[in-house]
Amino acid sequence: MTLLYLFWAFFVPNILGYGGGPPIIPLLQAEVVDHFGWMTLEQFGDVLALGNALPSPIATKLAGYIGYQVAGIPGALVALIATIAPTAIAMVILYKFLHLFKNSPQVSAMTQVVRPIVAVLLGILALQFFASAYESAGIWQTAALTAISLIALEKFKIHPGIVVASALVYGAFFLH
Amino acid sequence: MEYWNLFLGFFRIGVLGYGGGPSMIPLVHAEAVQKYKWMNDEEFTDVLAMGNALPGPIATKMAGYIGYKVKGALGATIAIVAMVIPVLIAMIVLLGLIYKLKDSGIVGGMTHGVQPVIGVMMAVMAYEFFLKSWKSWVKSRTIAWTIIAVVVIGLLDLNPGLLIGFALAYAFIESTYLFKKRKKQQADSPDRGFSA
Repeated sequence: MTLLYLFWAFFVPNILGYGGGPPIIPLLQAEVVDHFGWMTLEQFGDVLALGNALPSPIATKLAGYIGYQVAGIPGALVALIATIAPTAIAMVILYKFLHLFKNSPQVSAMTQVVRPIVAVLLGILALQFFASAYESAGIWQTAALTAISLIALEKFKIHPGIVVASALVYGAFFLH
Repeated sequence: MEYWNLFLGFFRIGVLGYGGGPSMIPLVHAEAVQKYKWMNDEEFTDVLAMGNALPGPIATKMAGYIGYKVKGALGATIAIVAMVIPVLIAMIVLLGLIYKLKDSGIVGGMTHGVQPVIGVMMAVMAYEFFLKSWKSWVKSRTIAWTIIAVVVIGLLDLNPGLLIGFALAYAFIESTYLFKKRKKQQADSPDRGFSA
């Protein structure tokens, strides 16, 4: 039964996730944290942080890791298959009909409408992480870490892996 | 031999592809078009367009299609496995190591330290998505859907999947209707016909 739930929890966000990896994150959080309660928001944040620090698509890393946590290797496989297989198979089958919808107005309309919604979803998720950080580390630590990581990531374009690793080390020494 | 090449090519793409799916597209191009010549530029562009028209992560869709084209279902499986599994194992081992230290209280601190960083990453992505919408779509529509999303998810706390499913269906129906209407208008307008 758990495997079926896992399949559902990863199938839905990936089918609705128009626009690649980022839209999948808040949809997955809704299933994994809010709906099924497989992990807390804090744990989900750890997985996201490490996922963002490593290469390859975020969706498959989240699927594999969370699936593994919930139901071991079978869980990881089921979550990965739910993430990858439906759209990869659709790709192979539909390729012959590409000319039918490559420039179709429906596809571009669907791509457009999802963007502002995804922006709001990601924004809400960001707020939840800030709120959780505020509760556990206080306002000054949170503000300082937020400002420093924003500058490091966006202004100096420091690799996210290095920023995440630095935050982990800082937290280990100063925030427990 | 082709199986091995598929494995190697997509292993490199998976390990070097920092920054998620979109940053991997040039790497896929380098392997599939330039190095192994599994397809030409034109087909690559088509595969990319196709991948963008379907939901889900772009990199695995491309791996699946290219693997299938080169060596059938087994080829597709090998390409996807080569791209996904090595990094996934690294992730499970790393998080396992971190959680091993759980009892010392260090992990709690690590989690606290990383939360603002992940908040920033999500906020930046939110901003980028909003900006993309703002620049490429009718402004009033971007504003309307932003407000709808804030109300439905932020205030009413409904499942975000439902809202996106509804929005996709709405966009599909509306664009179909507008497209048909425009076609009909073109067909009806006299200056498009043969001049007498």
